[in-house]
Amino acid sequence: MKKMTCLALLLMLGVTPFLTSCGPSKETAYVNIKGSDTIVHVASSIAESYMKDNPDSSVSVTGGGTGTGIAALLNGTADIANASRKIKSKETDLAAKKGITIKETAIARDGIVIIVNPKNPVNELTMNQLSNIYRGKVKSWKEVGGDDSPFNLLSRESSSGTYSFIQKTVLGKKDFAKTAKLMPATSSIITEVAASKDAIGYVGLGYVKEAKNKIKIIKIKADKKTKAILPTDETVKNGRYAISRPLFMYYNINAPESAKKFLKYVLSEKGQSVVKSEGFVQISNSIN
Amino acid sequence: MWKEKAIKIFFTGAATTSIVVVGLIFLFLGKEAAPFIFSENVAKLFGTEWVPVSFEKEQFGVLPLITGSFLVTFLAILFAVPFGVLSAVYLSEIATKTEQEILKPLIELLAGIPSVVIGFFGIIVLSPILKNTFGLESGLNAINGAILLALMATPTIITISDDAIRSVSTSYKQASIALGASKLQTIWRVVVPDALSGIIAAVMLGIGRVIGETMTVLMVTGNAAIITANPFDSVRTMTATIAAEMGEVPFGSDHYRVLFCIGIILLLITFGLNMIAQKVLRRRGV
Repeated sequence: MKKMTCLALLLMLGVTPFLTSCGPSKETAYVNIKGSDTIVHVASSIAESYMKDNPDSSVSVTGGGTGTGIAALLNGTADIANASRKIKSKETDLAAKKGITIKETAIARDGIVIIVNPKNPVNELTMNQLSNIYRGKVKSWKEVGGDDSPFNLLSRESSSGTYSFIQKTVLGKKDFAKTAKLMPATSSIITEVAASKDAIGYVGLGYVKEAKNKIKIIKIKADKKTKAILPTDETVKNGRYAISRPLFMYYNINAPESAKKFLKYVLSEKGQSVVKSEGFVQISNSIN
Repeated sequence: MWKEKAIKIFFTGAATTSIVVVGLIFLFLGKEAAPFIFSENVAKLFGTEWVPVSFEKEQFGVLPLITGSFLVTFLAILFAVPFGVLSAVYLSEIATKTEQEILKPLIELLAGIPSVVIGFFGIIVLSPILKNTFGLESGLNAINGAILLALMATPTIITISDDAIRSVSTSYKQASIALGASKLQTIWRVVVPDALSGIIAAVMLGIGRVIGETMTVLMVTGNAAIITANPFDSVRTMTATIAAEMGEVPFGSDHYRVLFCIGIILLLITFGLNMIAQKVLRRRGV
């Protein structure tokens, strides 16, 4: 009983991070990665393959969101932060205050795919139409060439990096419609789109590969005159697909060698082949 | 002698820990929320729109979140109370010994199902059923959350109501039957009215359970922050808002502090409900 109380007290005092950090032996090169939920899959797959090639190293990858990752990097509880957006000026200011210099590495490109139910007759949308749909300016699918039924708007939570990305690139920094449902995870967007005929949602390119027959991918026109582009590895890489973004890893310039070694591995041919197999698009140019 | 004293202190310490913890929680929530509460921005809390991440204008009106929580809770209690109370009456007054032995553990098992599993059930099973039955465009709405929460609150209501009904004095029942009342009349005219305060306390604790539940509502209510009384609309509850936004909010920002304010509002509501429940229970002398 007393032992339990002691343990509970230890937990409350937050000794756990300390305990885990002294867990592995000295020879193990330990890398702690935290951040974007978009990147967490691909980063842990790369980490697995990295640990196979370097048996004396241990890499742990956790999600929590880009902001969480960068905060952990600034607090020194993570060596690398995964980010699905660029670092904010607020965050660089905080880093400067702490005397930390943060470096950025683009590790992959991600296309955001607009998906609807396969029963929906709409096949393509312009960026403008998409913006009107998500801002609540149009109310019915009829107005964009579909059936006469209201939209079932699906968005990610406002904490998601993808949310602000869509807000910036598609909505022109305007607010989402209040009726938009904020879904806690990408998988719940796919489930809901597969179930609801009037649903429209956005998810990362990597997630649709496994759900192809349950949903329909919408082709996007940058404006009225250009051709409608289907998001593929090719169109995301060459930038012809309008809704795409780079994914980053941020690290402290004074990071341990093990962390830098891992970053090199991410950009190597092996690391980038994992990027591809996870459904993201490889970064072609090498980064300083 | 000193040994006894030491043990006494140890036990007193163990008993007061939870009170201290509650006090500390209040203190730290208040500490994080205070800079916002005492700034001129506090008026923003009373707005009617919740748009915490915006390039145009951040809005922190908690009204849609409070109405969202209330709508889901109200509907859940509407489902849970009749079910819970009738089950309790059945269990304590009508069921045979064997039935009781089978039913009670099963009901307690229901209380033990993790909320995330219930949420999963809501997305996969309940959502399509609601959508097809009512011809909706989506099954992620207030009523979906309410049904699942009712499922989670029922065991609490049953267990406590059952205790209250059992504690009704046998002599009352015997007197009622001796006067020629049927079993049903005895239950509805004598037993239930006598156990009423216990049943009300059970309902209050059930409400406390429902309003504080997070994972299930986050998964199934759609989380759109609109003020509505329509059970088929999507709503965003206070708990879901905190859970969904806390992870990514810039530390020390207004948004961060508002989330703590919501935490305080939530804590005050559950605290109030528990106080009422305690008062009602005490009146009975349970």
